[in-house]
Amino acid sequence: MAEITYREAVRRALVEEMRRDERVFIMGEEVGVWGGTYAVTRGLLDEFGEKRVRDTPISELVIAGAAVGAAMNGLRPVAEIMTVNFALLSLDAIVNHAAKVHYMFGGQFHCPMVLRTTAGWGQLSATHSQTFENYFAHVPGLKVIMPGTPKDAYGLLKSAIRDPDPVVFIEHTHLYRVRGEVPDEEFTLPIGRSEIKRPGRDVTVVAYSRMLQEALRAADELAKEGIECEVVDIPTLRPLDLEPIIRSFQKTYRAVLATEQWLGYGLDAEIAAQIYEHAFDYLDAPIRRVTARPVPLPYSRELEQMALPGKEEIKQAVLDVLR
Amino acid sequence: MIQVQTEEGVLSTFDRETLLSWYRQMILIRRVEEEAAAAYQRGHIGGFLHLYIGEEAVAVGALNALRPDDNVVVHYRDHGHALARGLPARAVMAELFGKATGCSRGKGGSMHLADATKRFWGGYAIVGGQMALAAGIALADQYAGHDRLTICFFGDGATNNGYFLESMNLAAVWKLPVIWVCENNAYGMGTAVERASAVTEIYRKACAYDTPAERINGQDVLEVYAAVRRAADYVRAGHGPYFVEAVTYRYRGHSMGDPERYRSKDEVEEWARQDPIERFKRFLIEEGVPLEILESIHAEVEEEVQDAVRFAAESPPPPAEALWEDVYANPPADDPFLLPPEVAALP
Ligand SMILES: Cc1ncc(C[n+]2csc(CCOP(=O)(O)OP(=O)(O)O)c2C)c(N)n1
Ligand SMILES: [Mg+2]
Repeated sequence: MAEITYREAVRRALVEEMRRDERVFIMGEEVGVWGGTYAVTRGLLDEFGEKRVRDTPISELVIAGAAVGAAMNGLRPVAEIMTVNFALLSLDAIVNHAAKVHYMFGGQFHCPMVLRTTAGWGQLSATHSQTFENYFAHVPGLKVIMPGTPKDAYGLLKSAIRDPDPVVFIEHTHLYRVRGEVPDEEFTLPIGRSEIKRPGRDVTVVAYSRMLQEALRAADELAKEGIECEVVDIPTLRPLDLEPIIRSFQKTYRAVLATEQWLGYGLDAEIAAQIYEHAFDYLDAPIRRVTARPVPLPYSRELEQMALPGKEEIKQAVLDVLR
Repeated sequence: MIQVQTEEGVLSTFDRETLLSWYRQMILIRRVEEEAAAAYQRGHIGGFLHLYIGEEAVAVGALNALRPDDNVVVHYRDHGHALARGLPARAVMAELFGKATGCSRGKGGSMHLADATKRFWGGYAIVGGQMALAAGIALADQYAGHDRLTICFFGDGATNNGYFLESMNLAAVWKLPVIWVCENNAYGMGTAVERASAVTEIYRKACAYDTPAERINGQDVLEVYAAVRRAADYVRAGHGPYFVEAVTYRYRGHSMGDPERYRSKDEVEEWARQDPIERFKRFLIEEGVPLEILESIHAEVEEEVQDAVRFAAESPPPPAEALWEDVYANPPADDPFLLPPEVAALP
């Protein structure tokens, strides 16, 4: 079993799926000659050529819309939108077309496309530091994946490409250099499965994407103080696999929900509501949410750090719910 | 046999049956829509109903210039294209009535007719949205090495949003096999072309994408046919997209219940004098088609339309389970959102 980076895991999934299935192709801005804005698709143009690794104009709307049409007509597009901030310009094609063509025409068409994009930040200021997974996860008909480890990124991207439904696959720029074990032999992971990434008896911590890594670090440190967190990862945000969250909560009676989304109408609120609906009798403390401060992200390093959530806030929230 | 002349000379020789079938399609469209309007007034059809009356020559001329395996993508004003493509009047009317027997199983309605078996990829109701899908559908055929082409219809108003620019450009850069057909019916809802578009001869916009374009009389089914044949030859030869602006006019409101404050009755009457069906009828009679034959076509269509209305009225609505079907092609068994909360209760 090799330790590889999240970036290499994504690339490996793309390459394997393209070798396996002629219908799989990549299109997006700077995916070919440049090698991918985050170097994920580096080398793919050489192996697969311009037909299957397609540089597009700066046209987020038609990248997504053409992916829908190509998927309906038999291909397996992997469309890349450079960052999720720019995906706002694709939103109509994703919400009004990708998510609708199967249902609205009575099941006559399928839309087996993947829209890959990135969340992340790093002194990029307000327009370039956002994370909009709840915009997509709100929409029936879409599947939304936001993996937090190299293994999940690999196994879930492969499943996403093979799935007959449209999948929004959001990578995190801060995870690209994270290393993790990924088995050498080929495998896929099922979409729609939550997973306990660290067992524990005291507090349930639900997290995904970069916040999963933060939660695992927080749990390590708290363990030294004798507090055992159970970290539940939700790499698939929709469809949500609720059962591991509820079962964990029924054991710990306490929950902390960690996300990089702004406080207010986010994924954390949905999960809290689900816990209240399904496990109200087990509640020993109010559920705590760890989120970004609801302000446009500022440029200054100091201000940016104040705005973003991390390991320390998770630790504090765990201590709060135990109090 | 009837020879059809154009300015460049003889376009084609058609057998009489072919031209009569076009005539039949045109009156079928008109009569289906007149009956739909009546059914709307009676409350059998809900939502938006956008009628194509006055524009029939565009869909009929264009779709008869293509092969049955070519792809058709349309906007929400889609009844004419659906019928010209051969969707049964029953399936169309039942969809308007929201019935299980409708071509989209009662889930799409007037704006979202589709038939996968006829490569009729659907009507789309977000203005311009179908242009991006058409580019992708064409890309899939180009990628797979098929010589099918994709025809995409949209209105004059659609040429003002971003879908138009991005799709026109991508199709040109990638030489996608697309025929763009702009149905310039003078208005986008109540806004006249000259109040919405800096360029009023829409076909001139295509030059920004180096796409060959022409402007034709959309009330003349033969002229539409000729233009789309030229377009198809060009596109199928692998040269990339081609643009046709069909100048046409809708007689009815934008949708039902349009107060029509933006135009005069005189203007509508003026256009009605150039009615595409009357025009084609005169042509056929001049070519020696006996009036009785045309009348028998009318009688046949009448029967078909009445049957379609009866069928739609008598069909059952979709079953309750249909509400939850086809949200996903591969639905997860335990999605807490996909079932009502009382069913989704966890152990
Ligand atoms: C993106 C979007 N904006 C606005 C509307 C509302 N709308 C529906 S039809 C229409 C006019 C479109 O005009 P045109 O493209 O000329 O087509 P026509 O209806 O004349 O055939 C508008 C504004 C819409 N459906 N989608
Ligand atoms: Mg118009």
